Amino acid sequence: MWVYEKKLQYPVRVSKCDPRMAKFLTEQYGGADGELSAALRYLNQRYTIPDKVIGLLTDIGTEEFAHLEMIATMIYKLTKDATPEQLIAVGLGPHYANHDHALYYENAGGVPWTAAYIQAKGDPLADLYEDIAAEEKARATYQWLIDMTDDVDLQDSLKFLREREIVHSLRFKEAVEIIKADRDTKKVF
Amino acid sequence: MSNNQLREWYPFVGPFDPCPPQIVKTYVVPPNQFIPYQPMNLPQFPLNQALKLGTLWPALYSPYESKCPPRG
Amino acid sequence: MSSRAQIDENYYKKLEELQQLDFALVELTLYLDTHPNDMQALQQFNQLAQQRHQCAFHFEAQYGPLLQYGHSYSKYPWQWAESPWPWQV
Repeated sequence: MWVYEKKLQYPVRVSKCDPRMAKFLTEQYGGADGELSAALRYLNQRYTIPDKVIGLLTDIGTEEFAHLEMIATMIYKLTKDATPEQLIAVGLGPHYANHDHALYYENAGGVPWTAAYIQAKGDPLADLYEDIAAEEKARATYQWLIDMTDDVDLQDSLKFLREREIVHSLRFKEAVEIIKADRDTKKVF
Repeated sequence: MSNNQLREWYPFVGPFDPCPPQIVKTYVVPPNQFIPYQPMNLPQFPLNQALKLGTLWPALYSPYESKCPPRG
Repeated sequence: MSSRAQIDENYYKKLEELQQLDFALVELTLYLDTHPNDMQALQQFNQLAQQRHQCAFHFEAQYGPLLQYGHSYSKYPWQWAESPWPWQV
């Protein structure tokens, strides 16, 4: 089971009401390479991956939910007190019509999240290489998001999330090495 | 600090390109690309810095700066 | 409502101390998942886990429970459902 912890993994501060940036950040909320996709991808692959790497998929998948909460916090704070006029001005009129200020699992273009974003091939190498690719794509997305805001507080939290993708990518590469190694061969790395 | 994780390339500039050409383009090659398997006992950041930078190990750290001009 | 913890400067300071410890523990968890035989990292993990326990205990005494389903204690009245939630601070 999971136990919720009433704190963020990393502090999230934003220095201005900026619904435009909130719209862009939605890519990491409900986009193909976003945090929801990541969490569900890894936690779902766990059931059919060799036992040696189940722990890693569980722990990274769980951390992704902490990142999802950070992204939600950014979007929440950037739009909290925005007026309908402000939302319309940045292209969030259709969102407001359907959702008011509610968050929604969609990408930056407003396309709803779909399970088609994630794969589960059942082959450990195929699944782990998908995971490595997903981490690199998420890293790239964070770079483009950092490029689009002059809010240094927001940049700070996004840089943290970008670095996490790099660490996760390395761990998945190590998981590939574990999968490749012969059974019972104790490899000293 | 010069960033040795940046790579540069020079896109072809066509004679009829409508926008002013970007002469140099860059992309990042983060350090995870050069670590096949993390060695044991790597030096660590102090814990406050580790949180701030998003990793416990300097060898895994990748800086990234916004291309957005700072607010005036 | 009345027992709502005071969100002051100290709250953010103490929260960040806990976030620092917990972050190192996340990093070491993922590392140990792929390096189960690294004794030194394991010792560091166990030592930080102990520090984390102390730090969380003091934080909860002042600002209310961090975990529920019985993983944290509560004063009267039930504190868990009280604001603020993490995205509100």
